[in-house]
Amino acid sequence: MNPPENHRTDPLDIAAAWSAEGRQIALATVVETWGSAPRQAGSQLVIDAEGNFEGSVSGGCVEGAVIAEAVDVIASAKPRMLEFGVADETAWRVGLSCGGRIKVYVEPLA
Amino acid sequence: MERALLLSLNEERRARRAAIVVTDLETGSGRLVRQAEALQDPLDEALREGFRSGKSRQIESDGRTFFLNVHLPSPRLVVIGAVHISQALAPMARIAGFELDVIDPRTAFATPDRFAGSNLHADWPQEVLARQPLDAFCALAALTHDPKIDDFPLQAALEAGCFYVGALGSRKTHARRLERLAANGVPEDKLQKIRAPIGLDIGASNPAEIAVAVLGEVIAALRGKGPGAAG
Repeated sequence: MNPPENHRTDPLDIAAAWSAEGRQIALATVVETWGSAPRQAGSQLVIDAEGNFEGSVSGGCVEGAVIAEAVDVIASAKPRMLEFGVADETAWRVGLSCGGRIKVYVEPLA
Repeated sequence: MERALLLSLNEERRARRAAIVVTDLETGSGRLVRQAEALQDPLDEALREGFRSGKSRQIESDGRTFFLNVHLPSPRLVVIGAVHISQALAPMARIAGFELDVIDPRTAFATPDRFAGSNLHADWPQEVLARQPLDAFCALAALTHDPKIDDFPLQAALEAGCFYVGALGSRKTHARRLERLAANGVPEDKLQKIRAPIGLDIGASNPAEIAVAVLGEVIAALRGKGPGAAG
């Protein structure tokens, strides 16, 4: 019996599969949202040390920045909290064009 | 997150059991809470609320910040009838994140060629549903309009509290179906829950478009936007 399609793109199934291959990985999770954030709290993204990823924490607006941070998290083995707001030139170069704000927790899989 | 925690979580998800991962956002330590364990937990109130609503959220307790990631079983769509509509519905539902079963005892319809990649059961619904019972995280779409095949799973879906129950067929076919189910002891308030004619009214005029209408109606029911939803 073939697994359903979504198992091949489910971040937690992918995380287990990548980890079983011996790859070092991090999980990014949306923990808080304000305003019109694109993905709800609990949405997850899995990232490996080479920057390969599966899943999403926004509509594609901030994934690039989360992946870059996740590669550092894997190297340091320390979790990190990231915050993204409206796209502007202040704290982050990227942001959410929808006007929402999100907090993303990035942790290594130990 | 510890690898062992991830593996336990995936095991619960595969078994279609609800679970919550509690992460201490200061220390990074995490643990898995199953539904039966919530009552004995120091965070019991927040955990029970999580299991009830399905909403993941950050909470404060004793000056610490925790994230509760709620994992409810993924919605499962059970399609009765390996018909033309089901051939379009199966891949669409999978892409939308549903687990999917197609059941049809007519072996001429239920062929692997017509349903590549689907969980296809060329068996009577009675047999398949005895092995894989319906639950509140299931939707059932009866698409054969043959009472011999559709009636049993429709009744089973109403009794199991499936979040969506839909049946294909003309108004006349459906009126006769309601009479049969009532005669079989299904109470009136449950009969009212069957969506018929099936699917959102989008003017669907071929099998693939009807599949879109059915999937849209299932999602509306799942997200509490269907007719009869509160609010």
